Amino acid sequence: MSTISPTHTATDPHGGHGDHAAHPAHLAHHFDDAEQQYTAGKLGMWVFLGTELLMFGGLFCAYSIYRSNFPEVFAYAHQFLDRKWGAINTIILIASSLSMAWGVRAAQLGQQFLLRVMLLLTILGGAGFMVIKTIEYTHKYHSHLFPGRVNKFSAAYAGEKVVLDSFMSEHEGSEGEPAAKGESTAGMKTEAAPAVPATPVPDAIKPHLTVVGDGPVYIDPNAGQGDAAKIVPNFSHPAGLTPAMLPASAAEAHVSAHSVMVHDNLTLTEQKRVSTFFSIYFLMTGLHGVHVLVGMGLIGWVFLKSLGGTFGPEYYTPVDLVGLYWHLVDLIWIFLFPLLYLIH
Amino acid sequence: MSVTLPAGQVYVPGGGGGKPAPAGDNYLNHGTSILSWALTLDHKRIGLMYMVGVLSAFLLGGTFAIGLRTELFDPSPFFNKNSSQAWEFYNHMFTMHGAIMVFLFIIPAIPAILGNMVLPLMLGAKDVAFPRLNLLSFWIWVLGAVLFTFILLGGVVRVSVPAATWNGWQAALDGLHIGWILPGGLDTGWTFYTPYSTSKSTAGVVPATMGAFVLGFSSILTGVNFIASIHMLRAPGMTWFRMPLFLWAIYGTALIQILATPVLAITLMLLMAEKILGVGIFDPALGGDPVLYQHFFWFYSHPAVYIMILPAMGIISDVISVHSRKHIFGYTFIGFSSVAIALLGFLVWGHHMFVSGQSPMANAIFSLLTMSVAIPSAIKVFNWVSTLYKGDVRLTTPMVYALYFIVLFTFGGLTGLFLGAVSTDVHLTNTYFIVAHFHYVMVGSTLFAFLAGVYHWWPKMFGKMYNEKVGVIAATIVFIGFNLTFFVQFIAGSLGMPRRYATYPEQFHIYHQISTIGAYVTACGLILVLCHWISSLRSGKKAAANPWGGNSLEWHIPSPPPHDNFVGKPIGNDPYDFSQWKETGENVWEFDPSVSPTPIRARP
Repeated sequence: MSTISPTHTATDPHGGHGDHAAHPAHLAHHFDDAEQQYTAGKLGMWVFLGTELLMFGGLFCAYSIYRSNFPEVFAYAHQFLDRKWGAINTIILIASSLSMAWGVRAAQLGQQFLLRVMLLLTILGGAGFMVIKTIEYTHKYHSHLFPGRVNKFSAAYAGEKVVLDSFMSEHEGSEGEPAAKGESTAGMKTEAAPAVPATPVPDAIKPHLTVVGDGPVYIDPNAGQGDAAKIVPNFSHPAGLTPAMLPASAAEAHVSAHSVMVHDNLTLTEQKRVSTFFSIYFLMTGLHGVHVLVGMGLIGWVFLKSLGGTFGPEYYTPVDLVGLYWHLVDLIWIFLFPLLYLIH
Repeated sequence: MSVTLPAGQVYVPGGGGGKPAPAGDNYLNHGTSILSWALTLDHKRIGLMYMVGVLSAFLLGGTFAIGLRTELFDPSPFFNKNSSQAWEFYNHMFTMHGAIMVFLFIIPAIPAILGNMVLPLMLGAKDVAFPRLNLLSFWIWVLGAVLFTFILLGGVVRVSVPAATWNGWQAALDGLHIGWILPGGLDTGWTFYTPYSTSKSTAGVVPATMGAFVLGFSSILTGVNFIASIHMLRAPGMTWFRMPLFLWAIYGTALIQILATPVLAITLMLLMAEKILGVGIFDPALGGDPVLYQHFFWFYSHPAVYIMILPAMGIISDVISVHSRKHIFGYTFIGFSSVAIALLGFLVWGHHMFVSGQSPMANAIFSLLTMSVAIPSAIKVFNWVSTLYKGDVRLTTPMVYALYFIVLFTFGGLTGLFLGAVSTDVHLTNTYFIVAHFHYVMVGSTLFAFLAGVYHWWPKMFGKMYNEKVGVIAATIVFIGFNLTFFVQFIAGSLGMPRRYATYPEQFHIYHQISTIGAYVTACGLILVLCHWISSLRSGKKAAANPWGGNSLEWHIPSPPPHDNFVGKPIGNDPYDFSQWKETGENVWEFDPSVSPTPIRARP
């Protein structure tokens, strides 16, 4: 609006609350015109999306701090996540973002049928995502990898301790780790604390997995040298260093990004932190999952409205705003997937 | 959206044309059923509902304040002969006092009550941008308040059952890791510091954090609404620099609300997860980092203290200008200093952790940044004082509160510098000096500004005047009581009296006695204020549309405002140019269109 039209001061274009006679039904009484209403809605939504980003920002911040403090823990623990499902979910969400954007375009062009189809497809994508997430969560639940006290790595966990290899054999080949497939030798080996700790030898590099009993009294191979003198086994290279940057001998012993780290590779302090990874994993993906559910609900609401032919070139604000929200949910997953599943 | 008045356009107060509301019809009597209130989309009614809720919370928090001051009157236990139970009860009292006052009173007080009430009126809009969201925000606030009340209920249950039975229940529930279901009050302090809150305290940490989490959403929705309203709904001619300064302050506040509150939400979510599941993000026993909690918490809560003070500063700018009949001095500086405070407020949270194991470098940087907040704050104080200079100062109740505000805010602000400097802070951390400092800012400044604002807009809100004499006397009683309570705490604190202790050595007796007496005086003053309001509602004389001669748009429409606020579209003009208003009687000002507005260059 660049000038004051005389009608603005001479007559009120819209009457009181609830008086919609003089203007389209979807224009609220306190807006001058549809464009102002649309822009206000869009501004409000962007501001709200900013708050969403900041909310996830807290979790990303916690993630960064713990990952930079305990890179080995993250490198070890992320192996419990299933890249295959993660990748499929990423594709599903990106596809649903496409259908959502297509839906918005359909609404703008007034293509009612296409709009409904696209909204349904988007809801379907969300549902598919949640189903896969449920499969993953169930898997973790059965393996005692839930966050908190029920996590088998937690100091507070009361049950028997299990390590990665037994987890893998229990769920054969589900990890998508080439080195791990069919290589595990043991089932649920939960021996009592070994009198002699398993020695961390470079043959941990071999596809063969060292099976470690992890009883309540695990003896750190580096014990006795004090916390400060703790030696990080040289086959797990420092985070951020590529083999080329390592001295030749270390590079030889370097475990490639796709080989398996075993529980034994971690120091005692790091072993205590493994459950933190799962806490962060569940909190991040859990909060994201809640957002997916809310998004599905919102799209469902827009879908119901679209059945009445509410949307068209004149009015498509709800489709547009819900679409923005859905893209944000999608975007957050695009960050979560590599940060949690693709660490090396 | 910036619109200038076209040549020849005549400014019409309250907008021109359209069909005026029927005589006597206003937002208060436009629909009388309970539902017409509970489900109203009218920002004015939502503001009033907030007022009832928030003032009830204030009453509750105030009761706890009186309770804990009573315990402190004497070093011996007061509420229970068994001293350990008395001390525990004291811990619960100060926690509930702090949590209720911060989350349920100060944060929503000015934005949610007065912001909702006058923001659209000042903008020349018929409502806020998203009226439904506004209503939702109110009911979310109620839900959060209910969660806090739930803790209180737990506390009552705890007091009324024998200790052995209580401990039995609690042990059984703790065994199932659901001890949080039956909270027995809250004893963590309003900050919920870990690891105490997650591992030791069996009290209502989960309902309380859940409550604060929910209240955060209410705050975010209000912030989103205000930002969108200010961007989109300014009346024609209402440029950014013609907005009343209260709106600049509300805009700064809304920025903080949307940028900081989500971080609090996630922090409290992590805390709940920690408490319920034991996830080990903050608890060192589980591999977490308690200082991380403090960083997260203060990243929200330090900006949150600017949520409390910024809108207060906005009210003071408006009240001082209107009641000294003088154009505000340094409009642009005051406006930008609000935004500067909002942004600088995000960079200073580390000053809460000077003794928590932060690196000396971080301490030095946070200290420097903390000092820099003093600059925009001082800009405001100097501009207010310059506005008063040679003004026609009228000692009305809002003006008296505003003058007291300047005094108290100066005290609170300057003592803040002691705490911002690392070396003095190490000595003063966790003493009564801190308590006195933040009460000077939160109560002495925010509460006084809130009262100034309520009195300033009272005639507009209810269409009733009040007795100025009683108002000024009540304000003075509150002022004296407040200073009695808190000034001595600066002394006690610098002598080493630690905060949050239920008892103390004999040498601090006199300070605590004076402080407790001061608290009673303050309470009497505030009760007088409440009675004053009730008597004004019952028998106040009818208020004119413009009782103060203010020129912001809310004074151009009848008191109380009609349901639709404006007939037609008003035109924004300089809110601090009072030249067109003529005083025609006591508290009656008439608009005189024959006088032309003061040209911008001629303004002081």
